[in-house]
Amino acid sequence: MSESAPVPEVATSENPTEIPAADLPKIYRAMVLARVVDERCLTLQRQGRIGFYVPLQGQEAAQVGSAWALDPEDWIFPAYRELAVALVRGVPVKLLLDQFIGNSGDVLKGRQMPNHYGYREFRFVTASSPVGTQISQAVGAAMAARWKGEEIVTVTYFGDGTTSSNDFHAGLNFAGVFKAPTIFFCQNNQWAISLPRDRQTKSETLAVKATAYGFPGVVVDGTDVHAVYRAVREARARALAGEGPTLIEAQVYRLGPHSTSDDPRRYRTDAELALWKEKDPLARMKHELLAAALLTEDDDVALWETTRKEVVAAFEAAEATPPVDPLTMFDDVFAERTPALEAQRAEFEESQKAGTGKS
Amino acid sequence: MTELTIVQAINRGLAEAMRADPDVLVLGEDVGVNGGVFRATEGLHKEFGADRVIDTPLSETGIIGAAIGMALYGLKPIAEIQFVDFIYPAFDQIVSELAKFRYRSGGQYPCHVVIRSPYGGGIKGGLYHSQSPEAYFAHTAGLKVVIPSTPSDAKGLLTTAIHDPDPVLFLEPKRIYRAVSGEVPDGEHRVPFGEARIAREGSDVTLLAYGAMIPTCTQAAETLAASGVQAEVVDLRTLVPLDEAAILASVEKTGRVVIVHEAPRFCGYGAELAALLAEKAFFSLKAPVQRVTGYDTPFPYALENLYLPSAERIVHAARAAVAAG
Ligand SMILES: Cc1ncc(C[n+]2csc(CCOP(=O)(O)OP(=O)(O)O)c2C)c(N)n1
Ligand SMILES: [Mg+2]
Repeated sequence: MSESAPVPEVATSENPTEIPAADLPKIYRAMVLARVVDERCLTLQRQGRIGFYVPLQGQEAAQVGSAWALDPEDWIFPAYRELAVALVRGVPVKLLLDQFIGNSGDVLKGRQMPNHYGYREFRFVTASSPVGTQISQAVGAAMAARWKGEEIVTVTYFGDGTTSSNDFHAGLNFAGVFKAPTIFFCQNNQWAISLPRDRQTKSETLAVKATAYGFPGVVVDGTDVHAVYRAVREARARALAGEGPTLIEAQVYRLGPHSTSDDPRRYRTDAELALWKEKDPLARMKHELLAAALLTEDDDVALWETTRKEVVAAFEAAEATPPVDPLTMFDDVFAERTPALEAQRAEFEESQKAGTGKS
Repeated sequence: MTELTIVQAINRGLAEAMRADPDVLVLGEDVGVNGGVFRATEGLHKEFGADRVIDTPLSETGIIGAAIGMALYGLKPIAEIQFVDFIYPAFDQIVSELAKFRYRSGGQYPCHVVIRSPYGGGIKGGLYHSQSPEAYFAHTAGLKVVIPSTPSDAKGLLTTAIHDPDPVLFLEPKRIYRAVSGEVPDGEHRVPFGEARIAREGSDVTLLAYGAMIPTCTQAAETLAASGVQAEVVDLRTLVPLDEAAILASVEKTGRVVIVHEAPRFCGYGAELAALLAEKAFFSLKAPVQRVTGYDTPFPYALENLYLPSAERIVHAARAAVAAG
């Protein structure tokens, strides 16, 4: 395996809502890669080698399964926890790690916190921190694609807590009214930092909210890659048939902290965590592959080992990448620097040379 | 007196206000069981219960709208916005509603809400966990804007805010939440609005600043002192209302001014200060007013230390002011 995840080919199986059998080991490999990057980044953050990290453990099946069901031309509007989606899109691990460090290899030029990456090349729109803002944007992009006659869908990812945001309402409402070819992919990981799902909304499910906007909402077991894949394939087919959007609620669990700044022991029990650990999507997938003789225990050991080595090597390469050029700070505010920015840049350059700018 | 950090002083101020007045309550994201992501509300949920320390759904507009309703009905809500970078979904409720309720109702509906929120850079927070949006709010008639820089002022200004009849945006310098500790008066302690604090006396140049820039200015003043330049550091404490008299008195003495803030320069709060000086201190000035601020870019992640005003940049500007006249 290279240092990128395996990337889906456009689904070709007889039944377009079933994962082609040959893809299953690749899907598992993508999940393992995501888990390994995740574990590594948590360690690196503790060591102070990256500043911050948002883990995704527990959400791998939901992310890989949904991303696998898409066409490479489809646009993704992510939040900040969609590492495995980015990997399935083909984003190389080194490039993600460059972003986490904020070095000169980072496409974002070191401007954003870790996890807020985005890659136009992979139709993966750059994330922001304010939750929910991507939802209405995904709807607009879907409307634009339809206007241009392009056969794609947009998919937006967000969490259970984000269903309380302004843009959840605005986005779903627009999508319903305009029958936008959008898939709203909600990863209900049961927690929004310290707030449990049932304190966020009194709706019985999150999916049911779609009903009020006039389109279907479905609940899927987000630890089951098949269920997720099926739901997204169906939603995609509906969208392209002109039948409008779908809200998918993938029920998962955030096995780790909200972020490296969070301590979940303050608000949730070990018993709850233990219960969900039994539903670890990686264990489930491995079990399935073993049963279908698509994987042996030895293969599995080797897979984890090589993946770990590759991720370590990718991080070493990222750490060896030079820092971002300070003068880039003044780029991309506008297409061209205004006279005022030009003056500030010159003053900054001068102070850097004179050594009067450092703090 | 008790030795506290800024965040501890805020916590004390909240707890004491809640003990003294059953109409005071706290609402926001993760403020209850979790005690706030910076622990500013630690222990309050346990002491006062879920009805007075309310964990809300993830909606800033909901938090501020509900706080307005509570205030109209006679409570004294203290809303927390987790990071001020996330205040914008509530911008409409703050700017169109909270700030204007008293005025638009001919004084019938005063709207007394305190909004607490951590602001500013220096914690590796990138674009959305570092902003200093004080100018948007200072520009809005009807809002008071307060930024403490010491533990004692944090408690004293917060207590004043809770008892003030008007809406108050209370911005907390998160970079120095735990960096400085200082003596804080026990029991009720109020610091009046509209009174700047002279953080350091000096005769040659005035450094005008607030919040997390105060320690940076003090550091710059020490460097300047070593080369014989005495800088006076004026901590504004409340941006609205502004203590014009203290600023003018200092400038009359020094004749030179460096304005320092983290926010971008263009239309930043410093522009208002510079205008004040041009209007009212013109004949005291010996040198052009200098501004040391964030650049006119979004707040960068990897380069934050180069973006934020540093003691070196302040020293450089102060020396330029001294050299000019
Ligand atoms: C508008 C806004 N308010 C507050 C925050 C702070 N915050 C970051 S993540 C988060 C919880 C999000 O929960 P959820 O939508 O369930 O997504 P998850 O993090 O669980 O993936 C909060 C409150 C934010 N990023 N944006
Ligand atoms: Mg969640």
